[in-house]
Amino acid sequence: MIIERNTDIEIRLLIEAIYLKYSYDFRDYSGASIKRRVLHATRQFECATVSALQERVLHDPGMFLQLLQYLTIPVSEMFRDPEHFLALRREVVPHLRTWPSIKIWIAGCSTGEEVYSMAILLREEGLLERTIIYATDINPSSLEKAKQGIYSMQSIREYTENYQRAGGRQAFSDYYTAAYGNAILDSSLRENVTFADHSLATDSVFSETQLVSCRNVLIYFNKNLQDRAFGLFHESLCHRGFLVLGSKETLDFSAYSDRFEALVKPERIYRKL
Amino acid sequence: MNPVEAIVLGASAGGVSALLTVFAALPRDYPIPLLCVLHLPDDRHSQLAEVFSRRLHRPVREAQDKQHIEPGMIYVAGPGYHLSVERDRSVSLSQEERVHFSRPSIDFLFESAADAYGRGLVGVLLTGANEDGARGLARIQQCGGRTIVQDPAQAQVAVMPEAALALLRPDHILPLNGIGHLLATLESCEC
Repeated sequence: MIIERNTDIEIRLLIEAIYLKYSYDFRDYSGASIKRRVLHATRQFECATVSALQERVLHDPGMFLQLLQYLTIPVSEMFRDPEHFLALRREVVPHLRTWPSIKIWIAGCSTGEEVYSMAILLREEGLLERTIIYATDINPSSLEKAKQGIYSMQSIREYTENYQRAGGRQAFSDYYTAAYGNAILDSSLRENVTFADHSLATDSVFSETQLVSCRNVLIYFNKNLQDRAFGLFHESLCHRGFLVLGSKETLDFSAYSDRFEALVKPERIYRKL
Repeated sequence: MNPVEAIVLGASAGGVSALLTVFAALPRDYPIPLLCVLHLPDDRHSQLAEVFSRRLHRPVREAQDKQHIEPGMIYVAGPGYHLSVERDRSVSLSQEERVHFSRPSIDFLFESAADAYGRGLVGVLLTGANEDGARGLARIQQCGGRTIVQDPAQAQVAVMPEAALALLRPDHILPLNGIGHLLATLESCEC
C-alpha cells in the first residue's frame, strides 16, 4: 500500500510540474484514466518511476511533447455514431439555414475526423460556403494531422459505411484521393476551417458561434473541468445556439443542465435556452 | 472481515446467464453497489441493463459518465467505452485503447476500483474466453480487497478463471450458486 501511495503522489507532482513548466493543465482530468496513461508512458519511456519520468519531462521540452501523445486520447472516426449526424442533418441544419453566416466550434478536434465529417455534411446541405469552422485542440501533433487530412484506406472503409448510414448523399470516394494505402481528403473541405491551439482548461472564449461540437472530450474531465467547459460553450453560443456532445456524454450532472434544453436527447443534441 | 463498500464483477463468454445466476441469489434490498463489465459487441444501443432489470425485478443501470455510485444499485458498463471508478465514488468512461481486444475492459474497472475502495472491495471473475480481468483481480488483492474466481471446472468457458488462477491465489474458488450465497452474506459498509 505504501508503494501505491507513492505512485499517486508522484503522479500529482508530475501533473503539477507540467502545469508550472508548460502551462498544460491536466489537474482536473479524471483521475483513473490519467493514472493509467501516466503509468503506461512511464513503462514506454523505460523510466523506473514516475519521478524519473518527471525529471526528464521537466528538463526536456521534446520529451514533454512525446508524453503529451500519451496523455491525450486520439481515438476518433469520421461520422462516428452515424445516427448523430443523421439527427444533425434533420434537426439542426434547418435552423442553421436561417442564419446568414454560420460559425461552428469543434472543441477537441483531435486528428480532424469530426471536422471533415462536419464539413462534408455542410457542403451537401449547401452551407459550407457561408460557414467558418474553428477546430481546436491542445495537442499540436494532432492539429498537424488534422490539417493534412490524410487517413489510412483501412479506416476510410469503415468511415464509408458510417457516411452512408449518416445520410450521405454521394459516393464517399468523391471526397478523397487514394494514394499509397492512404486517402487524402479534398482540400477544399478545409478552406473555411481555422485550426488553432486552444485549451478548455485554461483558455477563454474567442468567438460567438451558432454550434459547438465537443464529442468524447468531456469524459476525460472531472466535474469541475466539465463545468468550466460548459461555461465556455454557453458563453460562446449565440441565443438558441446548439451544443452537441458524444454519445455517452450528458449535461445532466452539470451545473449548466438548466441552461440548455435537449433537442434530440439520445443523440446528445442540446440547445441554449 | 472488512465491511464491503462495493463489488465488481467481470465476465465474457457465457457471462449473461452467469451474472443473472449470481444476482438472483441476492435479496431485493441488497445494500452493496455492484458494478459489472461484460464483454459485448460494439453496439451503441445495448439492452443489457433493461434485460437484467426485467429478469431481476430490481433497478439495473448502464453506468453514465460522472454518475455517483449509489448503494443497492447494479451498474453495467455500456459497449464501446471503458468504465472506471474514481476516488470520489463516481464512475467515468473513456475510449482508451482496447485491452485484450475489449472495450469495456474488466482490468480497467477492477484496477480503478481497487485504487478507489482498497480493502472495502470484492472482485468476482466469472466465465470467459480471454484473459481480461486476471491482472485487475491481482490488483484488487494487492490493495487488500477480497477476490473470488468462478470454479473453472464449472464455468461455461474456463479460460478467464484459469488465467486468474495462474496469476493469483484468490480468497475463494466457487461455483456460481456458491458465489451468490457468499455475496449475500457480506456485511455492507456504512461509509
